Amino acid sequence: MVAIIVFSILLLVGIGAFAMNVGRIRANILLGRDVDRTDNKSERFKTMALVALGQKKMFKRPIPAVLHLMLYAAFVITQIELIEIFADGLTGQHRMFRGSLGGFYTFMISFIEILSILAFIATFAFLARRNLLKIPRFTMKEMTGWPKLDGNLILIAEIILICFIFMMNGADEVMYQRGLSHAENLGDGSFSFAVSQWVGPALFGGMSDSSLELVERIGWWGHIVMVFSFLNYLPFSKHFHILLAFPNTYYSNLEKKGKFTNNEAVTNEVKLMMDPNADPFAAPAPAEGEVQRFGAKDVTDLTWKNLLDSYTCTECGRCTSSCPANQTGKLLSPRKIMMDTRDRLDEVGKNIRKHGKDYDDGKSLLTDYISAEELWACTSCNACVEECPVNIDPLSIITEMRRYLVMEESKAPSELATMFTNIENNGAPWQFSQADRLKWKDEN
Amino acid sequence: MSELLKVPTMAEMMAAGEVPEVLFWVGCAGSFDDRAKKITKAIVKILNKCDVKFAVLGTEESCTGDPAKRAGNEFLFQMQAMMNIQVLDAYEVKKIVTGCPHCFNTLKNEYPELGGNYGVIHHTQLIQSLIDEGKLKVEGGDTFKGKKITFHDPCYLGRANDVYEAPRQMLQSLDAELAEMKRCRTKGLCCGAGGAQMFKEAEKGNKEVNIERTEDALEVKPDIIATGCPFCNTMMTDGVKNFNKEGEIQVMDVAELIATAADL
Ligand code: SF4
Ligand code: SF4
Repeated sequence: MVAIIVFSILLLVGIGAFAMNVGRIRANILLGRDVDRTDNKSERFKTMALVALGQKKMFKRPIPAVLHLMLYAAFVITQIELIEIFADGLTGQHRMFRGSLGGFYTFMISFIEILSILAFIATFAFLARRNLLKIPRFTMKEMTGWPKLDGNLILIAEIILICFIFMMNGADEVMYQRGLSHAENLGDGSFSFAVSQWVGPALFGGMSDSSLELVERIGWWGHIVMVFSFLNYLPFSKHFHILLAFPNTYYSNLEKKGKFTNNEAVTNEVKLMMDPNADPFAAPAPAEGEVQRFGAKDVTDLTWKNLLDSYTCTECGRCTSSCPANQTGKLLSPRKIMMDTRDRLDEVGKNIRKHGKDYDDGKSLLTDYISAEELWACTSCNACVEECPVNIDPLSIITEMRRYLVMEESKAPSELATMFTNIENNGAPWQFSQADRLKWKDEN
Repeated sequence: MSELLKVPTMAEMMAAGEVPEVLFWVGCAGSFDDRAKKITKAIVKILNKCDVKFAVLGTEESCTGDPAKRAGNEFLFQMQAMMNIQVLDAYEVKKIVTGCPHCFNTLKNEYPELGGNYGVIHHTQLIQSLIDEGKLKVEGGDTFKGKKITFHDPCYLGRANDVYEAPRQMLQSLDAELAEMKRCRTKGLCCGAGGAQMFKEAEKGNKEVNIERTEDALEVKPDIIATGCPFCNTMMTDGVKNFNKEGEIQVMDVAELIATAADL
């Protein structure tokens, strides 16, 4: 009875806290400007199925893709076992589905055990890759401190979780063989789970009845505590991508990558300027406070999709390792653009919850997090967008911030300002006269 | 040779009561840059050879606004776009072929929202279809026999618009050896000119992007580096010079290679 109460409290607190964290992140994302991504539902589902569920883009790099798949499969399939654990926990029974599901039950648990072993191997490989092999994308500037710890913590947690699973199943196996298990005795002498029927007796075979009971309970409770901790760790970690990868790929940009967004506020003004008959006072002036900035200075000037991108980022660095600017030693790193956006958004969200909606902390994404030098190094080559395994678009953030620099602050590098003047005066980025545009025809 | 080039303007065509099949959008580089002008002429030679009824805007053409847009100057871009759309619509243009992937991308993807709707293709797509239709025969295949050619994907043709095959198919008709760089197609590395970088010094770093890219190309030991963009051409040409290889390696536009092979 006590166990049932403790379990129920754990369940409520675990899920309640998770819901709160998700709500907080959702509110943060909705601080962004609106953008319509509701069209073309079938194409969107297809993209989500291929990229998020099918991990299509991961397979551009096969070795990490296979290791990642082991972890991912174990993670997804293990959730099925949770159903029974919840049911057992709330009713005080033990392995309550085994009797009714019979052979299928043995198959499922065996499957989970095998995946767990694969995940165990993958986890060690990942830890070694992160910490022993000097892979440049894991050792860059933005990957020190919390991001590095975050990457390792989750791997260690995974190892602990898997140990708990085998303590739980292994000790229970030995108990079942001795006729002590709390599971219904079907008179078959063994659970026959693929891994624990061997591992159990090998590790715990020599233990006394009471120690076995203890090991089994530590495994069971440890497992469930890990699951709830993991759930509540997710929203503070890059591992939130496990969930956000789905909406993020669903709301992907389905246009050609070369198509930059059209700035409609600008369109209206340009139309007024170009039309000699237009009455500049005809258009109603936007109400005070509603005036939108051109481009983005802070996270609230970005779209909600940009902000969703930032929470989805796995910090894998595939974008940065393919970025021509970064590879040639420039300050720009598209991964850092995404991490900065997320960190600033967290900060803005916190401020709003603490001090109210209109609080200004005097900081902004531009300059306090991302410098103009980073922004101007981008060649708009789309390599980062192409590489990202969860369809994040760092380039659109870079472009919006360039727009702010140029249109609101007139802070383009001087050569670019000259280029603008040339286009304005001569219709070409260089100082050639438009009247000479056809001269090539007669030259040799 | 150049007196043989037929380059009618839209205005001339209109005066003669004729309607061209396609407008050839030359672009700023193709009009003013000495190296790029040669590419423009190669494209014209191919169009002339195949009797494609085309016209240029000539002095009525103006920058598409691409470099302004990539640099964040949306005002300037939209001004350029709307002026160009007025001109294009006045001539009732339906189909455009461009000599530059940047013009191609901007006209094709970014003009529609401002009211300019045209069928836009890149010159590699047009030339490939001329070959497919049998209108263009590339018979002087010997010119490139035994030569090794590698193709550098322009970002605004490849990743930006998913055109990877047309230029490669063109090269295949040359009877040369086509060697891919280790970073090609979707993984192709930028030449360093995009995003308005062409018009400014690079930010502080430890290398120029075009040098990094030229190293990729040199690895396959090519005789010719082919590309489909006047800006990539400049960047790769400079890169080759940096390694003092300009005597051994040529940087050519696919249109030039086809024109040479077809004895134009
Ligand atoms: S688009 Fe910009 S940030 Fe992205 S890879 Fe290219 S240069 Fe780097
Ligand atoms: S933006 Fe994408 S590619 Fe870059 S670090 Fe984040 S998840 Fe990886």
